[in-house]
Amino acid sequence: MQIHKYDTVIVGAGGAGMRAAIESTKRSRTAVLTKLYPTRSHTGAAQGGMAAALANVEEDNWEWHTFDTVKGGDYLVDQDAAEILAKEAIDAVLDLEKMGLPFNRTPEGRIDQRRFGGHTRGHGEAPVRRSCYASDRTGHMILQTLYQNCVKEGVEFFNEFYVLDLLLQEVDGVKKSAGVVAYELATGEIHVFQAKSIIFASGGTGKFFKVTSNAHTLTGDGQAAAWRRGLPLEDMEFFQFHPTGIWRMGILLTEGARGEGGILRNKDGERFMEKYAPVMKDLASRDVVSRSIYTEIREGRGCGPEGDHVYLDLTHLPPEQLDAKLPDITEFARTYLGIEPYTDPIPIQPTAHYAMGGIPTNVEGEVLADNTTVVPGLYAAGEVACVSVHGANRLGTNSLLDINVFGRRSGIGAAEYAVKNDFVELPENPAQMVEEQIERLRNSTGTERVAAIRQELQECMDANVMVFRTEQTIKTAVDKIAELRKRYLEVSIQDKGKRFNTDLLEAIELGNLLDLAEVMATSALARKESRGGHYREDYPNRDDVNFMRHTMAYREVSADGTESIRLDYKPVVQTRYQPMERKY
Amino acid sequence: MATPILDKVEADSAASPYITVTLRIRRFNPEVSDEAQWQDFQISIDPKERVLDALHKVKWETDGTLTFRRSCAHGICGSDAMRINGKNRLACKTLIKDISPEKPITIEAIKGLTVLKDLVVDMEPFFQAYRDVMPFLITKGNEPTRERLQSAEDRERFDDTTKCILCAACTSSCPVFWNDGQYFGPAAIVNAHRFIFDSRDEGGEQRLEILNDRDGVWRCRTTFNCTDACPRGIEVTKAIQEVKRALITRRF
Repeated sequence: MQIHKYDTVIVGAGGAGMRAAIESTKRSRTAVLTKLYPTRSHTGAAQGGMAAALANVEEDNWEWHTFDTVKGGDYLVDQDAAEILAKEAIDAVLDLEKMGLPFNRTPEGRIDQRRFGGHTRGHGEAPVRRSCYASDRTGHMILQTLYQNCVKEGVEFFNEFYVLDLLLQEVDGVKKSAGVVAYELATGEIHVFQAKSIIFASGGTGKFFKVTSNAHTLTGDGQAAAWRRGLPLEDMEFFQFHPTGIWRMGILLTEGARGEGGILRNKDGERFMEKYAPVMKDLASRDVVSRSIYTEIREGRGCGPEGDHVYLDLTHLPPEQLDAKLPDITEFARTYLGIEPYTDPIPIQPTAHYAMGGIPTNVEGEVLADNTTVVPGLYAAGEVACVSVHGANRLGTNSLLDINVFGRRSGIGAAEYAVKNDFVELPENPAQMVEEQIERLRNSTGTERVAAIRQELQECMDANVMVFRTEQTIKTAVDKIAELRKRYLEVSIQDKGKRFNTDLLEAIELGNLLDLAEVMATSALARKESRGGHYREDYPNRDDVNFMRHTMAYREVSADGTESIRLDYKPVVQTRYQPMERKY
Repeated sequence: MATPILDKVEADSAASPYITVTLRIRRFNPEVSDEAQWQDFQISIDPKERVLDALHKVKWETDGTLTFRRSCAHGICGSDAMRINGKNRLACKTLIKDISPEKPITIEAIKGLTVLKDLVVDMEPFFQAYRDVMPFLITKGNEPTRERLQSAEDRERFDDTTKCILCAACTSSCPVFWNDGQYFGPAAIVNAHRFIFDSRDEGGEQRLEILNDRDGVWRCRTTFNCTDACPRGIEVTKAIQEVKRALITRRF
């Protein structure tokens, strides 16, 4: 075991982690621990753009952006946070441009902007061009630009270091962050990083679904580490299903395709979104479009012999426009489906895309131990966190924005905290829990296989807690997850070695997914209303009287070691917008 | 506007699509043996699936010790460059049907970088070469309040080289790099190109000096392996030629 000491440790090197690292490296001795090489992070898969009311191409302002974000999130958004997001968006985009990001340009040479779902002018009057983009590879450009600037700033990375545990210590009755424990993939060695401040920026948890746009590596590692150390998870029932994933594969096809004029059609060729969202049509918010697609499929208007998908039609758009604005997604259709998007529509279905919930933080990125108490020195930003700027449904282009605005804030905040405070003493045997976990998996002679349990989990989640949910389906999921968690204790791995043991890694990741799936299903069961991405067929309406509040889930361990989940609630911060009926 | 006529893709998918393929994988684990060896795995798979899916099938159903890197699974993250039937490709962007599945499919680690285990190589020398070309925007003077202006034409000038995902497929396909790991390699030059030809950048001279080194662009023998290998379709050799030309003319 090696012990390292840094002022600030950042867990994860996607957009949020690297944006934080650029700030914290200037102010404090910083280490970035990342399970992957930084440029492999899933920020790079984001396509359509980053929202900011630059008003480069038409009238716009941050107040409209705030409203759209609040409405898009079905009024579960904390409005103070949304205001910060929309206001700081402008500088966030300009900062990236100054760092070198190659945005598409207007004829005047300014950053070009395009339409995106749910972004409107005049509080919902009509679509507005707010998404700043670099063709359909904006996330790729953000990830590369941030990595380039990390190289420039000399950010210290520990690549392929997998953080498995968060060390918290009580000092004078206050729980403070003391460090993290990481597993070095290349050698199997355990490393303890003592740090004054820690930022979790480890991304989402989409891999508990089968059809998902998420990378294999998005397994909720940060959320699970916090959860096991007694920190709450907020709004975990809210998961976004992106309307246009490649049929059966889940690979993302950007909403920018509809922003450029693409149309969704059912088997009769009908532009069905006109029925569901007369004003915004194909550019209604994602939860609305995904539900509409499944309604078409359920009512027998899906395409194909099994009627299990619909079409994204780009055939009326000039090939030059597709080449210039949507080169990657048209190539995906050619590569994975053998379809030419110039002439043929692309089969799509909703795909599990984004966790609105996560580790609760305030607007400074500080992690909360309950509704109000900050954990000193502990921060979270990006998809792992819940600020909450996305509420019950995130608007497209607001996640690339979130990672930049709150990545920056937490990077500054964590470094400043580290400068002002001392190290917290590490617990005795700081790596004990991790060592035991690894030894148990390595020595297990059980007969359960990781891949089999993971597949059953994914199929269960797709079948029961996806776009449509009921009491019965969620209960089915809760029971199945409990069964899988029990079987997971009997899981064994074949690779017993130290060097690049990805067999072991996948087993640990599965444990994280199972824990988080249980939190998600339990939170969903208790929310007896429909709001944003959480749609209950047995409670189809939003219920502001009983559920205009964030879910806060806590892990409880009783004296005999039995684990359970306790649900509590947290009020939503409302500033200027009163909840209204949500129409697009 | 024409209403799309649908269903032609699915019509022939009713019959069982599965075929049996042999994966012939170059295995190496220094914890077990100093020698690398080929190992065959037979799997049943839909030929429309990816090589990455085939590798997962082996790992998840047969041999958990099989080791490779992967993440996004659709050609964006650059983790899974490997040598498939003798050509550098991304496993997640290569469909079984496109690589003669009736014969054994050979899969081995990319060349020129030290193999650490099975298909995993040491990426450090590759990233070091990247870092050495100063891959970031260099500007002088005061920052503008708003964005820097750039015409659409100037933006287009370096578009091709912004697509790089640092997968190393190009660099590890280069015979010069195989023989001399000191050569910067195509990927580093591509990333230098991305800034040299960016109208906003003012560090071109510095980067060109770095690439004028004896391990720089002049080592390129224009074999076009890199262009063929690039999973992003970047015209790598052309980019290297443009850097060479800029060195001669000092115009960029």
